[in-house]
Amino acid sequence: MAGSSKKTPIMCRPDVMPKIDAIALSVYDDLMNAQIPSLKLSTRTKANIRFDDKLSVWKYGKGMSERSAKSLDGAYMLLRTMYVVDFIKEMIKVSKTSTLREMYYISEGWNLAKFGSQNESDMLAEDLEVITGCMREDFKLRPEEDGARVIGNITIEEMTRNKTKKKIHCQDDVGDSGYSIPYNVEPEKVTFKSIDADFILAIETGGMFDRLVENGFDTDYNAVLVHLKGQPARSTRRFIKRLSEAKKMPVLVFTDCDPWSFRIFASVSYGAIKTAHISEYLATPSAQYLGVTPSDIENYKLPTDTLTDEDVHALKSELDDPRFQDQFWKNEIKLQLSTGKKSEQQALAKYGLDYVTDTYLPEKLAELGVLKK
Amino acid sequence: MTEAIAYELAKKQQEISVAEFFERNKHILGFGNPTRALMTSVKEGVDNALDACEESGILPDIYVEIRNHAEEEECTIIVEDNGPGIVKQQLPHVFARLLYGSRFHSIRQTRGQQGIGISAVVLYGQLTTGKHAKIISKIQQDLPAVVVELAIDTVKNRGEIISQDIEHWEKPSGTRIEVSILADCKRGKRFVYDYLKSTSIVNPHARITFKEMDGTQHVFECTSDQLPKMAVEVKPHPYGVELGTMLKLAKNTNSRKLSSFLKNEFSSMGDRTTNAVCDEAQLDRNMDPGKMNRDQFMALNKAFKKIKIMSPSTECLSPIGETLIKRSLKSETQEISPEFIITATRPASVYSGNPFQVEVGIVYGGSLPKDKPVTILRFANRVPLLYQQGDCQSTIALGSIDWRRYGFDQPNGKGIPSGPAIFLVHVASTQIPFTSESKEAIADIPEIESEVVLAFRECARKVQFHINKKVKRVKTREKFELITKILPEIAKKSAHMLGRPEPPLDKVITSIMDVVWIEDLVEYEKVSGKSVEQKKLFDDSVQQQAGRWITKSTIMIVNYKPKPQKFSLYALIPQDAVVGTVSPKPVKITPQYIKWNVDGLASAKKMDISFELAGLSKGDFDVNDLYVEHINPAYVIGADKWEGD
Repeated sequence: MAGSSKKTPIMCRPDVMPKIDAIALSVYDDLMNAQIPSLKLSTRTKANIRFDDKLSVWKYGKGMSERSAKSLDGAYMLLRTMYVVDFIKEMIKVSKTSTLREMYYISEGWNLAKFGSQNESDMLAEDLEVITGCMREDFKLRPEEDGARVIGNITIEEMTRNKTKKKIHCQDDVGDSGYSIPYNVEPEKVTFKSIDADFILAIETGGMFDRLVENGFDTDYNAVLVHLKGQPARSTRRFIKRLSEAKKMPVLVFTDCDPWSFRIFASVSYGAIKTAHISEYLATPSAQYLGVTPSDIENYKLPTDTLTDEDVHALKSELDDPRFQDQFWKNEIKLQLSTGKKSEQQALAKYGLDYVTDTYLPEKLAELGVLKK
Repeated sequence: MTEAIAYELAKKQQEISVAEFFERNKHILGFGNPTRALMTSVKEGVDNALDACEESGILPDIYVEIRNHAEEEECTIIVEDNGPGIVKQQLPHVFARLLYGSRFHSIRQTRGQQGIGISAVVLYGQLTTGKHAKIISKIQQDLPAVVVELAIDTVKNRGEIISQDIEHWEKPSGTRIEVSILADCKRGKRFVYDYLKSTSIVNPHARITFKEMDGTQHVFECTSDQLPKMAVEVKPHPYGVELGTMLKLAKNTNSRKLSSFLKNEFSSMGDRTTNAVCDEAQLDRNMDPGKMNRDQFMALNKAFKKIKIMSPSTECLSPIGETLIKRSLKSETQEISPEFIITATRPASVYSGNPFQVEVGIVYGGSLPKDKPVTILRFANRVPLLYQQGDCQSTIALGSIDWRRYGFDQPNGKGIPSGPAIFLVHVASTQIPFTSESKEAIADIPEIESEVVLAFRECARKVQFHINKKVKRVKTREKFELITKILPEIAKKSAHMLGRPEPPLDKVITSIMDVVWIEDLVEYEKVSGKSVEQKKLFDDSVQQQAGRWITKSTIMIVNYKPKPQKFSLYALIPQDAVVGTVSPKPVKITPQYIKWNVDGLASAKKMDISFELAGLSKGDFDVNDLYVEHINPAYVIGADKWEGD
């Protein structure tokens, strides 16, 4: 088997094996009963997410989709499911893990069950999470992306590949690019030894993260800076959640001003549509949107670009997204649709390199009640 | 005073010479510009050659050559046929005398009619180059060929033999004409090529060779060895007859009674109609037609139009036929490799007493451009119409159909549609109503328009049927992939993971497919001698042609539904086919179709049906048209709903 040779100490949940066998069994039983085999799972669309009052995050609703062998696509998907499930079983048996990308390449040898693109295999791994209620880590599958960065006055203890614990202070022990978040941030891998900060500022772009680091914003305002790297990876979201809950710190999300950035905030705060089955692990319901808001564009007279057709379409789609139904978002989205303008966070440099740290952020933080005026 | 002026005027009144008439009217006759002149000259020569061959029962083998001269715009046109030849005395009349011909007075379908065509070419050559036309004619195998040089005396409208000779000619018989004319052959040769190619499509029995100025030679082979049915000369039909013609007929008739005059001199007049016409006109049926006055004839003429008279006999028409058009189109569009070719021949109809018949064809798909307007090939009495497409009633008629319903693009549902297709329309009639003497566009006749529309609708429905069938097939092929490859793999993998035996799949397969699948195959088998027993079902003329190729059609029906199925299957057969062995035994065979009853085909079971057709060439019948009855057609892939006979 061509899996990764890295030994990662992930605890295997005891109920994973039976859950995986149950998938194969349900297909087998359908065939034995002369039924067209099918698998049912929650519909993973915008229309099927509901706010869970208990967890304060958005989860999948009651809508179910059927992957049935009645259609050619459905049949291919069932066959691939059988192969993936068999592959996971095999990995659990020999205690190995594989990246999603490796699994995609391994599928090259699966003849008819071969994936057309990695997107398909990633989606199937998520489908299996939804069906079984397990996490993909339970399946010994890990993501490619990690390495979102953190700088701030916190000390982390990480279990390294050599099975030794290593303490890292996220200002003193790291360079200017910060501490790199591993793909697994569960307590067996990452623990917080000390936290001395007032809030977490999650930043969309690397350029802005580096600007704040260079300007010493983390020390001046006692902030933990987290670079989201665009749409944040699961581990980045999980890290923010764990860190904020560890010391009840407010989380502020600072992004560009366009519909795609609003979705970044939504996935941090409310939970992403694609991973709504594990929103309670990943979302930080207390996170607030700092900016740049469409109102900021007006108030700070920022340089702008015109919204593209795709932007407008995305904004309109957000108007019927259940996660954006509060008054704040409705007003801001409608404002942006009426002005037809968008801005990047780095547009603040119009007023000089220090403007963002000296003026914009303090003003906005005060407005949100994080800093005293 | 008035008288004096009349005398004055009389001095100026004189016969107009044909040359002058021609000079003033050359645009109407098709010699308007040097490009047109080349095309028209070739066309007149070829039309004559085809008519001559067909009238004497010879399969036409026609040679056309264009030679360039040193002089810029002068060229020589040669048209040679293997027809019966023309006796020497007639040569000056046929080639050098305008308005002289054998067909003007007869009522039947021919290409040329007025006797202007070829003489006009000779005259045009004489007027523009000053050169004489050279004719070679051979009428009998053991006689030498006659060679004459002809000029037209434009004052007398008579041909003059300038020189004559005899020579040896390889051909058993035939005619060759060489005329030098002023023409633009560089630009005109493309039109000549198109014209000859089109001519070949509607004259599948003719072989045409075309040699260009630079020696390039194109051969349009014949695709049929059957001469078209001879168009029989018929008597005038009462609906179309004019008063003057009636007076002339009455003068020359041998009938002594009005009733026999009507029955003998007109077509479609039986006892009952004759009596009805006489009653309507309030004329005694026993009166002598020779003694009738003008008013009485007028009454008779009016009565004709009020009485319902049977359509004229269609023996005077010679349509090409669905199979031959298809074969021709197939041969001419080989390089396009079209998906299918559909043709339709309408029953004969009549306008103003003139019988006519419409045939259309659609070539679809292959390498034809999808976003360009369709190509329209128009024909009248087997002659291509290359100019004035927009003015032609056939174009207007097909533009009135909403082609969007049949999968074509068409802004506002009007006009020439766009799509990967070639449309062919052929109108055959004893009298094609052209818009002008240049004979390029068919005039606005409602009856013709309606027939063209009906014929195209019939084809369009089949085009749509084929497209739908293809789409449905593709979808179902996917399901085959599913049940034959994917499903067994799913079963195998799940059984393997669980360490259990593989589950049986038959029932799952039928519930996934949930259709009756009909697949057909057409093959051809060369037959030597009379080894195949043929049922004599249709008329003998077809029987004589039978043999050589046997078309074998195999139909497989698989019931992929969970329950047994019972229904009827119809397979359409082409007009000219003779049905051979049919298995299993059909419940009915008609000239149009074969019908089987499928009785209780069990789930997951298969049934084979086959039939043989003779009397067709290889490729004439290449797709089965299958229909089903007494079953929901939505359950069936590969056949459509039977709409009745």
